[in-house]
Amino acid sequence: MLTLSPQDIQAVGLSLKVATTATLISTPLGIGVAYLLAFARIRGTALLEGLINLPLVLPPVVVGYLLLLAFGRHGWIGQFLDSLKLRVIFSLSGAVIASAVVGFPLLVRSIRLGMESIDPALFQVSRTLGAGWWDSLLTIILPLSGRAIFAGMTLMFARSLGEFGATVILAGNIPGVTQTIPLAIYEYTSTPGGDRMALTLCLVSIALSFTVLLVSEAAGRRLKRS
Amino acid sequence: MLLELRLNKTVGNFRLDCECALSSDRTGIFGPSGSGKSTLMHLLAGLSSADSGTIRLDGETLFDRARRIDSKPEQRRIGVVFQHAHLFPHMSVRRNLLYGYRRTRAAERRIRPETLFEVLGIEPLLERDVTTLSGGERQRVALARTVLTCPRLILMDEPLNGLDEHLKFQIIPYLKRVFSEFKIPLIFISHSMLEMRMMTEEVLVMEQGSIRRRLATESLARSSWEADRQGYVNLLSLGRSRPHRDLFSYPWGDTALILTEPGEQEENLFELDAREIILFKRHPETTSARNLLECRVSQLYRSGNRVRVELGCGNSRLIAQIVPEAVRELEISQGSRLVAAIKASAFKRIF
Repeated sequence: MLTLSPQDIQAVGLSLKVATTATLISTPLGIGVAYLLAFARIRGTALLEGLINLPLVLPPVVVGYLLLLAFGRHGWIGQFLDSLKLRVIFSLSGAVIASAVVGFPLLVRSIRLGMESIDPALFQVSRTLGAGWWDSLLTIILPLSGRAIFAGMTLMFARSLGEFGATVILAGNIPGVTQTIPLAIYEYTSTPGGDRMALTLCLVSIALSFTVLLVSEAAGRRLKRS
Repeated sequence: MLLELRLNKTVGNFRLDCECALSSDRTGIFGPSGSGKSTLMHLLAGLSSADSGTIRLDGETLFDRARRIDSKPEQRRIGVVFQHAHLFPHMSVRRNLLYGYRRTRAAERRIRPETLFEVLGIEPLLERDVTTLSGGERQRVALARTVLTCPRLILMDEPLNGLDEHLKFQIIPYLKRVFSEFKIPLIFISHSMLEMRMMTEEVLVMEQGSIRRRLATESLARSSWEADRQGYVNLLSLGRSRPHRDLFSYPWGDTALILTEPGEQEENLFELDAREIILFKRHPETTSARNLLECRVSQLYRSGNRVRVELGCGNSRLIAQIVPEAVRELEISQGSRLVAAIKASAFKRIF
């Protein structure tokens, strides 16, 4: 029957941990970038937009390799982290970074669409009513883009659950450390007789993704009503 | 209030170049669309910055490009009521109304919300969802929201546009009451002469980004022929009426007017088309018109085949519009004495 080995359970736990952390870390930054793209009238937004969307169209393996170059021992970020005695590659942080970079465009895209649908005059009105910039952001822009932010977070979470290419290159496939569900499935399918175990994890993956969809639908409906 | 401004701004092909000092508490900015009215309003409110110039309000410098002063909109305490109400859709009517009030320093809160809600008749709306309000209700809520911040000056950018005539004239008395009761100076932007005449004393006429003329609102109305297809409309603000047989009598200056409509409020505004006034050289002993007013011609304006005759009746004024042939036959000139006949049913109620 369908049973999960302790290693599988670890993989599920790691997947959830990586996806949650990556989503939570990226959200504030995602809101900031989406705001810039939606409202700021500064030069270079097209370039910024291109850079952010790049991971959406690049093969994840390429993203992973570029990250490896940057975060590796000889990379410019890696050297800096090394001086702080921090190591990203082949660690859980590496998996989180890989997921964050790959999922970020989805997050920003969704929040930005939400922000662009807000009447910019509402922001001006709140300013003339005596609200400062931050005050207006917190009381007008964020509540009105709440649904979009949540939708972006769900998308990114789901994307992170399935992240494979960038993760396997930056974080490796180390059971109990960086082996998330997709990596575990990959390992099963490449070992003789692992088909049944792979299928079990596939079912877990389907169940997880479906739950995410249901939760996001339900929450979206509630947000709409309030 | 004293507002001194000197502003320059170029947006694409459009160039705004204004310089004036306003001291009237009820000023209008009149002009066709694209003449720079809204640009000027945005600059005053601090929602955009001029390329050069200064803005001073009651001696305080709000903007001075040369000295790098540009106070933020929330620091200027200039209220804005936009063409559309722009209510915050995620808040209840009450939260919308109190949004600015909560952000106003306690020492500056001169207006009690409850008093204002009563004046504007929005008490029954407080718990409603903003999406369920009608156009007139939305505009009243937006107005109250701005007034509650007790601004030093309110800018209104065509606040009555998009409302039908009926609603428009429902809101105007509220507006007038609010501004006089709470003593808030007003700059009213519009391209409707009638609204201008009801809301303001003085107007700046803007064309292609600069102020072309500055004059009393009434003189603008009297001297403009092309703006209104309907011709000139006399606006008469009359007090409470008394029954006069089956008609109604209203005190008007040192005489009285007889109308078919009753006036139950303290203030009733009626319009009287200048073409509805018939002039006689001598007193016609009997006539079907219920109002026969002895008056004196104070001025004549002519445009093409129409003439406007400004009549002084006691201390009140009326404008009658006739044709040049009638002017010749009646030998009308400045100072001539005439009798104006007006039917009781010629007066149309505005509010």
